[in-house]
Amino acid sequence: MALLETRSLTASYGDFQALFGVDVRLEEGQTVAIIGANGAGKTTLMRSISGVLRNALDQISFDGREIGGLSAPDVVALGVAMVPEGRKLFPSLTVEENLLIGRYGRAVEGFWSLETIYEMFPILKERRNNPGTALSGGQQQMVAIGRALMSNPRVLLCDELSLGLAPVVIKDIYAAFPKIKASGASIIIVEQDIGQALKVADQVYCMMEGRITLSGKPSEISREQIHAAYFGAHA
Amino acid sequence: MSVLDTLIQGILLGGLYTLFAAGLALVFGIMRLVNLAHGDLIVMAAFLILYLVTGLGLNPFVAALIAMPVMFGIGWALQYFVLNRTLGPDILPPLLVTFGLSIVIQNGLLQGFSADSRRIPIGPLESASINLGPIAVGVMPLLTFASAVLVIVALNVIFYRTSLGRAFRATSDDKVTAGLMGIRPDNIFAIATGLALVVATIAALYLGARANFDPTIGPARLIYAFEAVIIGGLGSFWGTLVGGIIIGVAQTFGASINPEWQILAGHVAFLIVLLFRPRGLFPRAVD
Repeated sequence: MALLETRSLTASYGDFQALFGVDVRLEEGQTVAIIGANGAGKTTLMRSISGVLRNALDQISFDGREIGGLSAPDVVALGVAMVPEGRKLFPSLTVEENLLIGRYGRAVEGFWSLETIYEMFPILKERRNNPGTALSGGQQQMVAIGRALMSNPRVLLCDELSLGLAPVVIKDIYAAFPKIKASGASIIIVEQDIGQALKVADQVYCMMEGRITLSGKPSEISREQIHAAYFGAHA
Repeated sequence: MSVLDTLIQGILLGGLYTLFAAGLALVFGIMRLVNLAHGDLIVMAAFLILYLVTGLGLNPFVAALIAMPVMFGIGWALQYFVLNRTLGPDILPPLLVTFGLSIVIQNGLLQGFSADSRRIPIGPLESASINLGPIAVGVMPLLTFASAVLVIVALNVIFYRTSLGRAFRATSDDKVTAGLMGIRPDNIFAIATGLALVVATIAALYLGARANFDPTIGPARLIYAFEAVIIGGLGSFWGTLVGGIIIGVAQTFGASINPEWQILAGHVAFLIVLLFRPRGLFPRAVD
């Protein structure tokens, strides 16, 4: 049984329907990448899983429990943490406080603590007393990832990690992934950087206009198939 | 020497205004909610203490200790079940609702306790004083000021040194992202209002012990509290203390020149500060 699964997931913003029956499976220990153009519904999918958007209870299951209708704090408490799009650090909190608040809803002992996060991103230790928003974009992304890891989540959701970052910085950020996987967390990443997504993922889903248009292992799907699924063109 | 005396009495009076204002500053700082019923809630707490003192024969300080958790509960429920529903992009609903609440509380107290002017009896402490060199200082004003400083220190510790304080600041920054951290904003806001009413209870003890009160005096206390918060700069607790002291000192100096000028002098000081520092003395950098 999958650790996390969406079943015919639908989501709407008022009259606007953003997801039309999305099925995604995440197995324990896996990394799943979700790719697609702007407006494909990737972020809506992440907001649904994390509980920011409420859905029908049975549309999302985690570890055998139906969580589709739970609120964000309830979902965090179960062990699903999110790195939100645009990082969303708290400007009133220092770097260290931003990390500490990641434990607020789920203080579970595990691999991740201030020490192990500072070990993975040493620059954050130097800047620990700076306001979170005084850092560069890449460093802020490190804080956002660390903040989510502080709850020792079983599933880490990463929404658009590479958004607005220089390629060299993106490489730095993704260099942390093997360590995160080794810590036991299963990961869902949403990416527009397809190359990066294919490199880290065990399973890839491509979305377009609120539907899954392609899925498979990175080694099994071709560039042409992705192109077709991404833009809707028929190759 | 009378100038020094006036100054000290003014600073001590500022302690009382700080206590009026601290709860208001806390609530505004966290949820941008201006609670127009704050003064009436202070008066309500004063009646609660009075009831415990005269009805059960308790010591006023013990009565205040008992009133604190009660007021916390009232504040928590008020925020959770009523005020949270008014929060949103529009700032008008919370103003209207708390304005209405102010009228409801005043009339409820009028019904329950009559329009008589009351006072919390504190026995010989009322007129006790100690001599600091050539100046005699009342024990109650001194206690008021010490309590005010303690409240400000405590609020700062809670706000900047505890997990709850981090949650306060994070929720104030961004409710949705706070939810992703496992924070329940509705509950955090309710705790903040509960804390504000605990401070209001401390204010009520000293208000009721130092001067007469009746159900209608809340709005006038609210104005002093507002002025202290705004002089201090929104969102800074130490600023609120400074703001309270400025109003207190201005009022005592005004009164020493002519008793009719006491209230006016406080308001004039408020306007002068705003003239030179429109954002207050210690505005928060992030807004």
